[in-house]
Amino acid sequence: MPETFILIPGRTSKQGCGISEGKFKENYLAETSVLQVAPQDMQRLQLAQGDRVRIRSEWGQIEIAVTAAKSDELPPGLLFIAYGDQSSRLMGGDTHGSGMPTSKGFDVELEVLSPRPAE
Amino acid sequence: MATTADQATQSELKIVEDATCTFCGCVCDDITLKVQDNHIVEAKKACILGKAWFLNHDIEDRPSCLIDGQPAELEAGYRRAAEILCQAYYPIVYGLSDSPCEAQRVAVSIGDWVGANIDTTTSVCHGPSGMAFQGVGEVTATLGEVANRGDLIIFWGSNPAESHPRHFTKYSLMPKGLFVPNGRKDRTCVMVDVRKTKSAKAADLFFQIRPRKDFEALWTLRALAKGIPLDAQLVEQETGIELSRWQELMDKMKASKFGVIFFGMGLTMTRGKHCNSEALLALTRDMNAYTRFIAKPNRGHGNVTGADNVVAWRTGYQFGVNHARGYPRFNPGEYTTSDTLARREADAALIVASDPMSNFSQPAREHLASIPYIALDPKDTPTMRGAAVAFTVATYGINTGGTVYRMDDVPIPLRPAFPSPHPSDQAVLEGIERYVLQMRGVGVL
Amino acid sequence: MTQSLLKIAGGTVYDPANGIDGQVRDLWIRGGRIVEPPSDPAERPTQTIDAAGMVVMPGGVDIHCHIAGPKVNVARKMRPEEKRKAPPVMRTANTHSGTMGSVPSTFATGYKYAGMGYTTAFDAAIPPLAARHAHEEFHDTPCLDKGFYVLMGNNHYLMQAIHDGESEKLRTFIAWLLGAAKGYAPKLVNPGGVEVWKHHASGNVSGLDSIVDHFDVTPRQIVAEVARAANDIGLPHPVHIHCNNLGMPGNWTTTLETMKALEGHRGHITHIQFHSYGGGEGDENTFNSKVAPLAEYVNANENITIDVGQVMFGETTSMTGDGPLGYFLHNVYKGKWFSGDTEMESGCGITPIRYRQKSLVHALQWAIGLEWYLMVDDPWRVVMSTDHPNGGSFLAYPQIIRLLMDRSYRQDVLKTCPAKVRERSQLGDLNREYTLSEIAIITRAGPARILGLTDKGHLGVGADADVTVYTPDENKETMFALPRHVIKGGRVMIEHGEIRSTPQGKTLHVSPAYDEGGVADIRTWFEKYYSIRFNNYAVDASYLDEAEAVP
Repeated sequence: MPETFILIPGRTSKQGCGISEGKFKENYLAETSVLQVAPQDMQRLQLAQGDRVRIRSEWGQIEIAVTAAKSDELPPGLLFIAYGDQSSRLMGGDTHGSGMPTSKGFDVELEVLSPRPAE
Repeated sequence: MATTADQATQSELKIVEDATCTFCGCVCDDITLKVQDNHIVEAKKACILGKAWFLNHDIEDRPSCLIDGQPAELEAGYRRAAEILCQAYYPIVYGLSDSPCEAQRVAVSIGDWVGANIDTTTSVCHGPSGMAFQGVGEVTATLGEVANRGDLIIFWGSNPAESHPRHFTKYSLMPKGLFVPNGRKDRTCVMVDVRKTKSAKAADLFFQIRPRKDFEALWTLRALAKGIPLDAQLVEQETGIELSRWQELMDKMKASKFGVIFFGMGLTMTRGKHCNSEALLALTRDMNAYTRFIAKPNRGHGNVTGADNVVAWRTGYQFGVNHARGYPRFNPGEYTTSDTLARREADAALIVASDPMSNFSQPAREHLASIPYIALDPKDTPTMRGAAVAFTVATYGINTGGTVYRMDDVPIPLRPAFPSPHPSDQAVLEGIERYVLQMRGVGVL
Repeated sequence: MTQSLLKIAGGTVYDPANGIDGQVRDLWIRGGRIVEPPSDPAERPTQTIDAAGMVVMPGGVDIHCHIAGPKVNVARKMRPEEKRKAPPVMRTANTHSGTMGSVPSTFATGYKYAGMGYTTAFDAAIPPLAARHAHEEFHDTPCLDKGFYVLMGNNHYLMQAIHDGESEKLRTFIAWLLGAAKGYAPKLVNPGGVEVWKHHASGNVSGLDSIVDHFDVTPRQIVAEVARAANDIGLPHPVHIHCNNLGMPGNWTTTLETMKALEGHRGHITHIQFHSYGGGEGDENTFNSKVAPLAEYVNANENITIDVGQVMFGETTSMTGDGPLGYFLHNVYKGKWFSGDTEMESGCGITPIRYRQKSLVHALQWAIGLEWYLMVDDPWRVVMSTDHPNGGSFLAYPQIIRLLMDRSYRQDVLKTCPAKVRERSQLGDLNREYTLSEIAIITRAGPARILGLTDKGHLGVGADADVTVYTPDENKETMFALPRHVIKGGRVMIEHGEIRSTPQGKTLHVSPAYDEGGVADIRTWFEKYYSIRFNNYAVDASYLDEAEAVP
């Protein structure tokens, strides 16, 4: 069953370094194509590092690997992804008269694609 | 002769003192570069992002100009670019934030001559803060004021540990300043964010607010500043933080001698956008009835602040400027690039030093891919790969000089480290402008 | 190859610096300068402008305006609402587009000054840390020779040197700072008061003898010592002073004390209209004009020059290096407010303002400005200004000229103001009317002389060929608003109201000598407190197109 989360795309220093190294290089591509999930949510959804999920927003959807957010960086219910092609796919074009599309803090549905078999 | 040989070896190693890093809005101008064989081998004092910036910008082994993916002479590229812009009904000029002011000026001229929209990455960065500024104003200061006076430093929706790594050490937390002689010991640091980011580790107080509740949290503080009674239950329910903690923060704010709020895209990119920034700027203004308080958006790109300034002094408006009627008009949401692309209005584009094909919304990217556009970038990017005319350019601050404006509007010169065989942004834009002037029958007197 | 020779034939020339008061003359121009008539009678001009029946004057010189740099640009960004209503400046085949309102964009600024017959303008308040920004904007402001004054009245190093009684250090610093910024003159804005504002809630000094804490100096010491040092250095325009307590009822005594603090040294008191108020402190009900006693002092002391800072009715933007003043105005008018403090150097305040004819205070401000023009005996020591855009736009100059030349027009406008203006000022009793020659003095010859610009403000042989040709008109506002020809550096910029050329114009700056040995101390201080590197501070020559270092 898909579950609603709030997604926060943002900068990371790895993503920033990746821009200088090159956007078609491994570091940038790796950093921008992984979704950070709160450890509690990982556990609850029985997700392990590298498992894939489908993320659907009002405007688009992606399939992406997950990783547990470090220590207590993310509270349960929040997801984080470094800015890049994947996060842009979930953004809408409307800016509500501001010039800025809603690019942080929007609702997404998460659906687990490859749950680990119960141990 | 040994001496000659030594000299020869030494001559290959060049040291550039006080070089300026243009990766982020901190624009650190104290970098010492070691340059050997047209390659920066060391960037002393640079942070992780700065090192990646300096060490990875080598001379790209690609043609300076590609037309429809095929190598072409620069002159042919200039002409083709001018044709695309002059033949369009609704051309747009976008980007500019990683280019020196000298090039930005030419880009604005081109936009004026062809009747284009001129917009910069500001519109998807702190554009909403610019709109908020037009509503309430802003109380601010240069970063040296923060270093010399700031005793309460608040970061709101900003994660400088990842986005501006030297912010704490160079400007906001660590410096021993004139009126804060003990540096970090003389300052209190507060972080407000929805995530407990790397930056939160630097804070004395961390406020983890509920997502999308920045406005409510800021309005709570505005009420507390004026002593307006609030419903404790409602405040906690809305913001995720007990009213008593907000009161504690307000007490600290009023007790500080020089308070500072640095804010980030946590405010501008989240629902509310300019209303969030406006709440923060209004709070800062209100605090000046009790003590000195300033605010500063933590700007991202190296010269996005320069782009704001150049576009403003030439057109009167900071971003989102339309020239279709032969004079500048401003309307965010109408003339901003996310909108002109997502609404499928623009029919040609000049993209300077930015990568909308990576960062824009899906409908905006799909439309950009469907129209002819010109791109200038030192690196290979998704935007460069889809351009009708793609110019690989020299990197500003590494190969070319010029001026950039730090996030606090302080203009800083660039000290290039080694030459590039590729032309500068300015040279390319001047080449395009030359043909535009011919095609439009314009001649500046 | 012989250079082109331009002749302005048969105009009625007003060139007060050379004692020419309405005589019919020919002017000859070659290589950007006024030259002797050709000695060979066979030599014909390459171009002749028939100025028969026209009034010919040197190009106008604006001694005090805000047209470039960080504060001006912030005001542009802050006020989209007035630009949308203003008449657009259209792109043409040879000019850039732009926007107007109280803070025009750069190209529009140059075009509009030229269109009004002005060819030189000085921005009055640039923080040296942002000097590069001002030069960049100058690059995009054509049609004018221009320079700026360097904010230093709240500079930490300067206040420390004054406190320590180190006069040599002070001279070195002032000369070094002007050279580093490529600026023209030292500017004091609310000396000491801005530093107090940076450090205390609603902070300011209250008068010449208030103590600036931490630095333990007074405004009086800052004024006296900077005036002394700048005169010792031999600067062309030694010191340009925005006094403490701007806009406050009762501030005229502060202004008088500031003049006395000059101790006989040359000094220029700017926008003095804003500093000539009687009345109780903070009490607008007793607000009145104190021009008479101040003008008496100015008349008696030749070391002092002033510009007026005329208030004109309508919407404008207040912008100032006086941070606490910005906060005061924001609290009075409740508009949006910008404040920007620059490390070690200066402050800044910006807020929209509307001067209303029906407001007694505003109408008095208008009257007080006019009193200044009419009550200073020597026109060579009073200069026309609106402190653009603070009192109003520079585009109001033609209207001010009409107010000065046409007594009945002045009385008509006065009648539309609250009746109490007549009780609280002497404007209603002043019958003086300016002559064309006097107008030429307060708009070009005088400011050029006060600025030490020997090649400007006159039409003698060797002068810069900046010339304005006016069509005489009974209505002097019409006459001065639309000159027939405007020539700058020998090039025709305006012809019958059309822009013919947009020369870049020179940057006017000073480059005084200083003791190189003193720089090490400045550098040590700089590197301890500034957020940029010392090596990246000074503006190098690459930022100046055509430049002239004025001795």
